[in-house]
Amino acid sequence: MNVSNLQPNSEINAKILISEANEHKDESYVKMVLRRFLKHRLAVVSAVGLVLISLVALFAPFLAPYDPYAVTGAFGAGPSAQHFLGTDLVSRDALSRLIYAARVSLQVGVGAVAISSVIGTILGLISGYAGGKVDTVIMRIVDVFMSFPHLMLILVVVSIVGSSLTNLILILGLLNWTGMARIVRGSVLSIKQLDYVKASIALGFSTPRILFKHILPNVLAPILVHATFGIANAIMVEAALSFLGLGVQPPTASWGNMLTEAQSMTVLTSQPWLWVPAGVMIVLTVLAVNFIGDGLRDALDPKSIK
Amino acid sequence: MLTYIIRRIIIAIPILFGVTILNFLIINLAPGSPVDIMIDPNLPPEALEAQKEALGLNDPFYIQYWTWLLNLFQGNLGYSLVTFQPVIDIISERLGPTILLMLSALIFGLLIAIPLGILSAIKQNSVIDYLATGGAFMGVSIPNFFLGLGLIYVFSLQLGVLPSGGMHTIGAESSFWDTALHFVLPVIVLATAIAGKKIRYVRSSMIETLGQDYLRTARAKGLKETIVVNKHALRNALIPIITVIGLEIPLLFAGAVVTEQIFSWPGIGQLTISSIMSRDYTTLMGLNLIAAFIVLFSNLITDIAYTIVDPRIKFQ
Amino acid sequence: MAQVTLQKNPLIEVKDLKTYYPIKKGIFSKTVGHVKAVDGVSFSIYPGETLGLVGESGCGKSTIGRTLIRLEQATEGQILFDGQDLTSTTNKNLVSMRKNFQIIFQDPYSSLNPRKRVKDILAEPLLVHHIVDPAQVNKRVDELMVMVGLPRQSKNRYAHEFSGGQRQRIGIARALSLNPKLIICDEPVSALDVSIQAQILNLLNDLQKQLDLTYLFIAHGLGAVKYISDRIAVMYLGEIVEIGETRDVIKNPKHPYTKALLNAYPIPNPHLRAKERVFIQGDVPSPANPPQGCRFHTRCPIATQTCREGKPKLEGGVHKAACFAVEL
Repeated sequence: MNVSNLQPNSEINAKILISEANEHKDESYVKMVLRRFLKHRLAVVSAVGLVLISLVALFAPFLAPYDPYAVTGAFGAGPSAQHFLGTDLVSRDALSRLIYAARVSLQVGVGAVAISSVIGTILGLISGYAGGKVDTVIMRIVDVFMSFPHLMLILVVVSIVGSSLTNLILILGLLNWTGMARIVRGSVLSIKQLDYVKASIALGFSTPRILFKHILPNVLAPILVHATFGIANAIMVEAALSFLGLGVQPPTASWGNMLTEAQSMTVLTSQPWLWVPAGVMIVLTVLAVNFIGDGLRDALDPKSIK
Repeated sequence: MLTYIIRRIIIAIPILFGVTILNFLIINLAPGSPVDIMIDPNLPPEALEAQKEALGLNDPFYIQYWTWLLNLFQGNLGYSLVTFQPVIDIISERLGPTILLMLSALIFGLLIAIPLGILSAIKQNSVIDYLATGGAFMGVSIPNFFLGLGLIYVFSLQLGVLPSGGMHTIGAESSFWDTALHFVLPVIVLATAIAGKKIRYVRSSMIETLGQDYLRTARAKGLKETIVVNKHALRNALIPIITVIGLEIPLLFAGAVVTEQIFSWPGIGQLTISSIMSRDYTTLMGLNLIAAFIVLFSNLITDIAYTIVDPRIKFQ
Repeated sequence: MAQVTLQKNPLIEVKDLKTYYPIKKGIFSKTVGHVKAVDGVSFSIYPGETLGLVGESGCGKSTIGRTLIRLEQATEGQILFDGQDLTSTTNKNLVSMRKNFQIIFQDPYSSLNPRKRVKDILAEPLLVHHIVDPAQVNKRVDELMVMVGLPRQSKNRYAHEFSGGQRQRIGIARALSLNPKLIICDEPVSALDVSIQAQILNLLNDLQKQLDLTYLFIAHGLGAVKYISDRIAVMYLGEIVEIGETRDVIKNPKHPYTKALLNAYPIPNPHLRAKERVFIQGDVPSPANPPQGCRFHTRCPIATQTCREGKPKLEGGVHKAACFAVEL
């Protein structure tokens, strides 16, 4: 029979309109999260700070007083009116290099996390939803990757395939998806038991549709939080690699490799302008990302709904 | 219980194999294969072929892996491409200083984190809480090389009270006091990251425990808050903390690589960097494998410790 | 209630259905036994009727509902839907079959995706199965909302903005979107306030008349079931112990377990109360290891040696019961 021709059940309709037309919490999820995020003062300050750093990185060519590769003739000179942060041992302007280096950190942070999030999310979704043997195999692979102290594994791979900015992003992304996979799997395990997923199966939806359109939106919160902390981690690892001389290669400036020179005692003792600002920038950026992650976690936590 | 432990060990076996396979794959299948270095490129083609055959490089991949694995079981990790010493000897010589450093850092880190975490949980939103939380964020956000350089700058170069590197003063007779002084800075650097992570963990674990019903009952009985905290809450809050200590091992390893490099610490972290610089791939392979074994083992201990400490956990 | 004529061909016919879950133990996770959630159940549901399925929690009633629509995999037996066996059909075939049977869940909170607006919840099945022309989807969503008594204007809202009763209406509308023949109502009113329960039951009744629906109505007690069902089946430990027309089962229960269930409801007339009250004691035995003989004998007030040894069959015309003590 054709259901479409039915008359509305006016009697019930009227009753419901009276008895159940209640509180209109007309606030979308995004708005609610934003409202709660804004309560976390440090996170808000950090977000503003990070936006500033990103803008500086984006407009580096307009903001940097000198070409970061140009030699100026003053070797290892201290801060002056011409060079606010002095010059390095090859006489390049330190401030300009500091500004350009922001690009490296942000690119590595965002790029590596984008790759690892996609891999980790897809494998976590499949592992959690399929269960059984598929789950066991994927989780054992995760265990294998997690058994290596990841900086050591990254160091070895970098030393084999060589370090360029692209390589760094790829390596950090390809070796760091395991945490994300575990988190997504854990969330999927609990969500797939919920009736709305069962309803989707009963409605005859395909498995990819259920995974990506019904389950994924409900695991976005932990993904987002983990990815944010992942950015902080990736920035730190890039800095460490570059510091050790295995990351971004000179003459390209990176905050990490700007500190490499400080391994020499003379630079460390008598030319602090060469290494302190770069170290401070790493701390500030990583701190800001970590505070944002903390704010997001609080704002997205269903337990702390106020 | 015993069943669980045996099961847990059995699960570790395929992971162990996975670790060896991954390790072998990375070193051997990467472009610009490191085994090429072993062969003198100036040899005539016939001799090159003969040498490849002799080294088993023409065998299929799985045979090469199998040969390597059999050697591994006999404790043979191959020979260094640089010094030609057995890799196992090189590593075991360096393992001691690293483990000593890691353990000291772990203990020191926890000695800072546990009291601070508990204090900030009991006095939520107090000055102490803000300082501890701020310090924790700082601890996880400061790169260890920057902290290390800063500490050297202040304590070794400006104040001149602590040595800037090594495990003993070179030339001097080694004494306990001398060694202890050399430990201070690297331990602080490594412990900072541990403490930073753990303060927040202890704090939230303690807050969660303080909200439990049995503590409300204890308070309702009229017990003093100090007794409630010390006798009832502490024990339950510390269980999850003690059991996840093992999970810090990978972080400590990563920290050790950089820290040992800065402080010229004669451990496996420094060995890693020098092996990378000299392209000593057999040593690197051995280092990675040993590190992975240690991580795997500490995970196993962590899981077993958990079942012993927390009787609520039941296993399928 | 729709009139039942047993001469009709059944819409769905269940033959000796078993759904077991393995119990795994030991070092190698060996299967050491099975939880026999549904253990050899046969019944039919006829077009246009409501079959009530009643039993304590854990008796396997929800598992039957979910196995019927292949949310759980049957271990053994057949489920014939319009003559086609659902337990063995291919996945491809199953997707198109799914349009015919839908489910309404107990928990109105976990049954709706919190990230979706009502209109998307209702439109998605229409689009996936090409139920209506894409241009008509909006109109059809409006119709579905009106049909279940929801204000059309609220279709842009998320599920968390509705009350429990309203959410249950959304769940019903979603089930109706594919124009199914059979709807499994899995305790659809148990989680609702009593005042709302009646509204939802009335809605289900009205929809059944208007759309010629067939219901399998699952509940843990006889309360709601006797108002909505044409026939009632009573389950105990994975088996059906009594089945018959609602009036017969309520007025003249045959099985001691059914009598006990009826006694669990307060009777308004005090003079009738003391008459024949059957009380049962003890806990439900584990479905992993059900008692020998009649499964109810461990708790039955009138059990004899026969009940411990032999297994009674479900017998007796239209009103059947599985008990040695009843005269058929």
